[in-house]
Amino acid sequence: MSVLVYTESDKGTFKKIALEAASYAKAIADKMGTTVTAVTVNADDTSVLGNYGVDKVLKVNDSNLDAFNAKSYASVMQQAAEKEGAKVVVVSSSADSKYMAPVLAVNLNAGYASNVVEAPSNTSPFTVKRNVFTNKAFANTTIDTDVKLVGLSKNAFGVVENSASATEEAFSPSLPESTVNVESVDKVTGKVTIADAEIVVSGGRGLKGPENWGMIEDLADVLGAATACSKPVSDLGWRPHSEHVGQTGKPVASNLYIAVGISGAIQHLAGINASKVKVVINTDPEAPFFKAADYGIVGDAFEVVPKLIEELKTFKAQQ
Amino acid sequence: MKILVCISHVPDTTSKINFTDGDTKFDTNGVQFVINPNDEFGLTRAMWFKEKQGASVDVVNVGGAETEPTLRKALAIGADTATRVNTEAKDGMQVAKELAKVVQDGGYDLVIAGRESIDYNGGMVPGMLATLLDANFVNNCISLEVDGTSAKAVREIDGGKESVSTSLPLVIGGQKGLVEESDLRIPNMRGIMMARKKPLNVVEPTNASAETTSASFEKPAPKGDVKLVDADNVGELVNLLHNEAKVI
Repeated sequence: MSVLVYTESDKGTFKKIALEAASYAKAIADKMGTTVTAVTVNADDTSVLGNYGVDKVLKVNDSNLDAFNAKSYASVMQQAAEKEGAKVVVVSSSADSKYMAPVLAVNLNAGYASNVVEAPSNTSPFTVKRNVFTNKAFANTTIDTDVKLVGLSKNAFGVVENSASATEEAFSPSLPESTVNVESVDKVTGKVTIADAEIVVSGGRGLKGPENWGMIEDLADVLGAATACSKPVSDLGWRPHSEHVGQTGKPVASNLYIAVGISGAIQHLAGINASKVKVVINTDPEAPFFKAADYGIVGDAFEVVPKLIEELKTFKAQQ
Repeated sequence: MKILVCISHVPDTTSKINFTDGDTKFDTNGVQFVINPNDEFGLTRAMWFKEKQGASVDVVNVGGAETEPTLRKALAIGADTATRVNTEAKDGMQVAKELAKVVQDGGYDLVIAGRESIDYNGGMVPGMLATLLDANFVNNCISLEVDGTSAKAVREIDGGKESVSTSLPLVIGGQKGLVEESDLRIPNMRGIMMARKKPLNVVEPTNASAETTSASFEKPAPKGDVKLVDADNVGELVNLLHNEAKVI
């Protein structure tokens, strides 16, 4: 009966979204008067999950699961859900979880609500609020099936500490034959990714050319932020596609989004609107981004950004 | 190779989003509808398979008669035939089940869908469809090559990309990268004229049931005005982000 949550890890360490998903599962379990069971795949120390309300960990260790495979991971989650008799299953909005969830929904005959932003307002009928129209509205959606699958939006519920002590149980589900095989992975290492970042610093055409990105990277460095860019910048080849954020690029749901030299086309704003605090630096006071931003500086990025970096360094030194 | 491209009929990005009937329905009044951008990248990639590898390309939508102009646009871009499943799209599972029937009846080898539609953003139809069909599935697909029955695809992951090998039958959740923005095609007059003569088949639904119900909608609370900081006083921004917004 417990609420089941998939807690993702990277190289054995839990991602922040995993702790957020666990916190969310705990909120549901409290409403339903039940416990939380987490599923981990090739994670090392699972005890930390206890701090976020997890009562029991099903620990899966299998080298066949080293590379993510939607079908295999969905099968693991299905077997875990059946073993625990789970009526509610929680996953995050990572690229992997969004890949796995629809497969799992079919396997479990579960209604699936994605991009959920709050704890359920009601558990019978099971009602959740989710983002629709690319952050321009919310839908209140009921999941009408016996088993419910909830995809939690990133950075919407937050990580909530809830001290419990999690018991650990080894779990060895059978795996289906893999028919989608990973040949190679090309992943940026040593840099904060847009998906994981608390802060994102993004540059637009106002920066005039790729040679001027040094100050964007410096600003990101001092903040521990990920770098991103607008669509024209990636279309022009100034920056890689993987940095393009916006409606057809990557979605951003960071705590702080700083846009430098980005006018704020509606497609761009749609993709970054889930960020909590938005700052714009632009020479044009009429730029639409000023209507979407919380803080703004009307000024030349080439003067403002270096000053901002200096101010931030001073600030960080005092912390 | 028989390709089916799933086309969502969605409001143009610049549309004002409003709701009617006590906030239970999307207000289509004055809204311009377009092919879902993620589907358009997939359709354009399908055209490449048609022109270079002799594939046939059909398009499909689950929806009422009002979605037909969007299917006609896909025909004008170059699809061979269109199918409309004559029922209102209610949720991801219902749409996936209706599409599964179309794929089985048509014997398609490759189904190209968008990673998500820009209206309800469910991001679930491609994966559900693949699983219902027991076909292979690659989501967030940014590159696709097919050789005989083998396929090579690149999937965007958090912080990078991943190359995979798989085989037909295959369903992909596609996005920008399958083709570039500059590859997208604007239908020309000849295409538009030809599209009028191409078959647009209306098929009756299997009446698959939905598993979720979006009972009501709401809009985010209006945002306050931007707080402007003087360009000569950048330190104030740091102060505000630390003490007021508490994000640094």
